[in-house]
Amino acid sequence: MAGNQDNMMPDQNNVPKVKIRNVTKTYSSKRGDVIALNGFNLDIKENEFICVVGPSGCGKSTMLNILAGLDNATSGEILVDGNVIHGPSPDRGVVFQQYALFPWLTVKKNVEFGLRLKKLSRQEVSDIADHYIEMVGLQDFKNSYPKELSGGMKQRVAIARAYAMQPKLLLMDEPFGALDAQTRTQLQSELLKTWEEERRTCFFITHDVEEAVILAQRVIIMSARPGRIIDIVDIDIPYPRNQETKMEPKFFELKNKIWSQVYNQYLEQRK
Amino acid sequence: MSIQKKSSKIGVPNVVYSIISLGAAILLWLFISSTEAHVVFAKPSEVFAALSKLFESGKLFVHINASLYRSLMGFILAFACALPVAFLLGWYKPLQLIFYPWIKFVKSIPPIAYISLVIVAQGVGENAKVTVIFIGCFLVMVINIFQGVQNVDLTMIKAARVLGAGDFTIFAKVVVPASLPFILVAMRLGLASSLTTLIAAELTGAQVGLGQMIQEASMYFEMDVVLMGIIIIGVIGTILDQVVSFLERRLTSWQETRTI
Repeated sequence: MAGNQDNMMPDQNNVPKVKIRNVTKTYSSKRGDVIALNGFNLDIKENEFICVVGPSGCGKSTMLNILAGLDNATSGEILVDGNVIHGPSPDRGVVFQQYALFPWLTVKKNVEFGLRLKKLSRQEVSDIADHYIEMVGLQDFKNSYPKELSGGMKQRVAIARAYAMQPKLLLMDEPFGALDAQTRTQLQSELLKTWEEERRTCFFITHDVEEAVILAQRVIIMSARPGRIIDIVDIDIPYPRNQETKMEPKFFELKNKIWSQVYNQYLEQRK
Repeated sequence: MSIQKKSSKIGVPNVVYSIISLGAAILLWLFISSTEAHVVFAKPSEVFAALSKLFESGKLFVHINASLYRSLMGFILAFACALPVAFLLGWYKPLQLIFYPWIKFVKSIPPIAYISLVIVAQGVGENAKVTVIFIGCFLVMVINIFQGVQNVDLTMIKAARVLGAGDFTIFAKVVVPASLPFILVAMRLGLASSLTTLIAAELTGAQVGLGQMIQEASMYFEMDVVLMGIIIIGVIGTILDQVVSFLERRLTSWQETRTI
């Protein structure tokens, strides 16, 4: 992982990995144009964990889709490692809320799907897949089909599948949104552990403020539509974090600070 | 989400119910044929006698072979055409907009209505029958496979795309397997439609075939033969359906199914 770490903060350097420059997205609908995103600007450092929170419909998923290359910005541009992005790329992995596993493939074949499209030998593909399946603790379910797995396990497979591609940027669109509270906290802890072991640049969308604070180094708060950034909060709680971190006063303070801003946006939206 | 083995709630094996079901049907048949309905509804023993007579004369398999050949020929040709056409319609929007309304239009016409048209064009031979069966089967299957292609979960396609898949890979590795359950349903409906159309085609005139056999027997008022013909068609339909069920179990067992 990247070079110049002469800064006061270890494992973060000054050159942004991802630059989001003035991204705007307008949809045309029957009732006229809808501005989903209005001038989104953000620099993401290498291996940084970013969480984006905001009221529903604020355009956070739109921003993620544009980053993934699944949607085009109306104006503005995105640079990854200094190159403007065009369309989807295996460099930018996505974990979807609905898991999006291929039900006709086993866990292992799902994780191998993207790897097989790379110029790798059979053995390499298999080894990489095994490594990441083990990382999410599903080695005993390698040959199971998605229908045999619980929601939490399916999402672990999806995380392994995205991680296995070793993407420059990992995009997660409310990945734990469909899970029950208990599974959700468990997967948060696992994701934290995974990320601490093998750091990736993460852009994680959630509507759960607590989830954002426990995971992220920086939390981006978005306004109600038209979506723009209203605040960026540094979460200066050191890693490793775990569920006990949620008991710390610092955690409470940050969570309340973010939550009140998100709530204001929610009230704004209802007007 | 837990996976439960399908088992009946009570501790009675399913085969017992199958036997009860079959027994009840035969009892009902015996009852009906012992009333005044006997005139049209022959007794099981009479039907069985007619069956063995036809079997001994060797004509039974002549009829069955002729009918099976026509319906399977029509079905196979229809399937071979429906598969690529349905995928093309699903993949290219303009093709869909141009052709799909016509497919639905012709589909809404019962094949019997255009049988005479085909007979005038192709004569009363085998070709005309295969053509009629082909048309009926093809339309049913195109519509169903097309719906399968349309129903492919968009997030799955997105997932494949961000994993680096191009159009061809998405088609071969995502769209085709995801449509497989619909393809099998289409096969099932296509086979059913091929039998329906077959009998209609044979009733309008044929030298041999189950439909012709029924037609001829009814003219001589041999109701035992008529009933036997009907039952044979039912048995053939069930066997074909079972073949597709077998394929379904082999090929699409990965599907999430509702637990009953």
